[in-house]
Amino acid sequence: MSVDQAEIEKIAQLARIRVAPSDIAELTERITGILDMVDQMQAVDTAGVEPLASPLNASQRLREDQVTETDRHGEFQGIAPATESDLYLVPKVID
Amino acid sequence: MSAHTLAALSQRLGSGDVSSVEITRDYLARIEAHDPALNTVITVTAEQALADAEAADARRAAGEAGPLLGIPLLHKDIFCTAGIRTSCGSKMLDNFVPPYDATVVTRLKAAGAVMLGKTNLDEFAMGSSNENSFYGPARNPWDPERVPGGSSGGSAAAVAAGFAPAATGTDTGGSIRQPAALCGITGLKPTYGRVSRLGMVAFASSLDQGGPLAGSAEDCALLLQAMAGFDPADSTSAEREVDDYSSGLEGDLAGLKIGLPKEYFGDGLDAGIDSTVRAALAEYEALGAELIEISLPHTHLAVPAYYVIAPAEASTNLSRYDGVRYGYRCEDPENLYDLYTRTREEAFGAEVKRRILVGTYALSAGYYDAYYRKAQQIRRLIQQDFLAAFESVDVIMGPTTPHPAWVLGDKANDPVAMYLEDIYTLSVNLAGLPGMSVPAGFVDGLPVGLQLIGPHFDEARLLNIAHRYQQVTDWHTRRPAL
Repeated sequence: MSVDQAEIEKIAQLARIRVAPSDIAELTERITGILDMVDQMQAVDTAGVEPLASPLNASQRLREDQVTETDRHGEFQGIAPATESDLYLVPKVID
Repeated sequence: MSAHTLAALSQRLGSGDVSSVEITRDYLARIEAHDPALNTVITVTAEQALADAEAADARRAAGEAGPLLGIPLLHKDIFCTAGIRTSCGSKMLDNFVPPYDATVVTRLKAAGAVMLGKTNLDEFAMGSSNENSFYGPARNPWDPERVPGGSSGGSAAAVAAGFAPAATGTDTGGSIRQPAALCGITGLKPTYGRVSRLGMVAFASSLDQGGPLAGSAEDCALLLQAMAGFDPADSTSAEREVDDYSSGLEGDLAGLKIGLPKEYFGDGLDAGIDSTVRAALAEYEALGAELIEISLPHTHLAVPAYYVIAPAEASTNLSRYDGVRYGYRCEDPENLYDLYTRTREEAFGAEVKRRILVGTYALSAGYYDAYYRKAQQIRRLIQQDFLAAFESVDVIMGPTTPHPAWVLGDKANDPVAMYLEDIYTLSVNLAGLPGMSVPAGFVDGLPVGLQLIGPHFDEARLLNIAHRYQQVTDWHTRRPAL
């Protein structure tokens, strides 16, 4: 399946990646190439085949509802680009 | 020093013939002298290594023993190391110093291993050539004009170059086995869930698995013994006892049934690799094994299914890199949307962006059934092919890669050609099986890998099968002149 440049722009927006206008054409071509290869899947009849999401069919383990973590927020926030009063800072979102 | 296997070094440490500090110094000196030409190590942790080595020597002096006590290792720079930059080959994490160790790192530390540094890789482990690294490509020590493979290219090239007796790697679609093959060393991708993924930077969570790269199957057994095991902090870790990987290495191969998938010996396979692999299979026959042609009929669908599933999982996993909590942040964002989109534009490389976009597309409204669900159905068919084959054979063998190491840049502008280099390794990850690559000879001076694929959790048997071959051949001991 081929994708057009408008679709690539839409996907890039969903993926939160800015794409420079000068890069759009080449990116569209490359992604079309990948999707063409992927489309070989469509020739296979998979009716009734149960999808396999994880190789060992594992189920989520449950644990006791207890506190198991210690408070290490200082270390974790210490590597953030910007924090203040234990909060992560981002550009203003509400005027 | 470089010719010494981990097992031999371990014996010398045990007998007091050498100290960990001495061998650590030797390896650090070798890295310093020769790595500038090969670029296999992103961060050398010399100070830490010498401190680790002194501690290991003290533990030995106090009566402690253990095969990894005092053994220097390199870690792929995808495993988090507390206090030491973990870049994952990306500008995004160039400034990332994790506050904790990956479970693999913790376990190897506890066994007394010494960390020499962190190895080069394709950005976020996405690639088959190591050319997608923010730190520049690692080079193949057999011919520095050629790629070492990827994504664990730095680890494989470093072991081949004698910068460490062994290294850790990760394998999402062949990223341990393919570089091991291209660099002429031994690599093992364990069963999905055998080795903890905690602290291993996530690429595709249902495929990612850590494992060892080393000079022999015997060495891989020693490393896997320390790396494997249940980890309650990894929700997909297998709650299952770890086998003793060394005790069964000598087991007899008489009557071993080896399945040869006809799909692995067809069009697209280099003639030199074909004949090299067949010569290895003849060695197995001489050891008493029986060769049986089998079919894995959905093999041709592994690349398409993988390139939906892996990008889809990657697009989800890599959404965490938003410039807010850690890692790169763009300068002077105008607003939150600009912060996200420009941070990700500036800090992700071209291949990572392509995969995120393909994954986002495959998961987006209207395409989910045609792509993601379809790929998961094909994944089931691929796994069923293997499970059916293992009803009549003990192990599956074939080439690890269709070609030997190629010249840098040759496939860099054609993502699909690059993806097809992993045609024999991807299905093993889709099915969650253990796989190995073992050196089997050379084509035009470049190493060739024999791939061994086993049933789930049959690592001990794979190691035994590889070890017996290495007792009657010496391909695994060949090293390039630097």
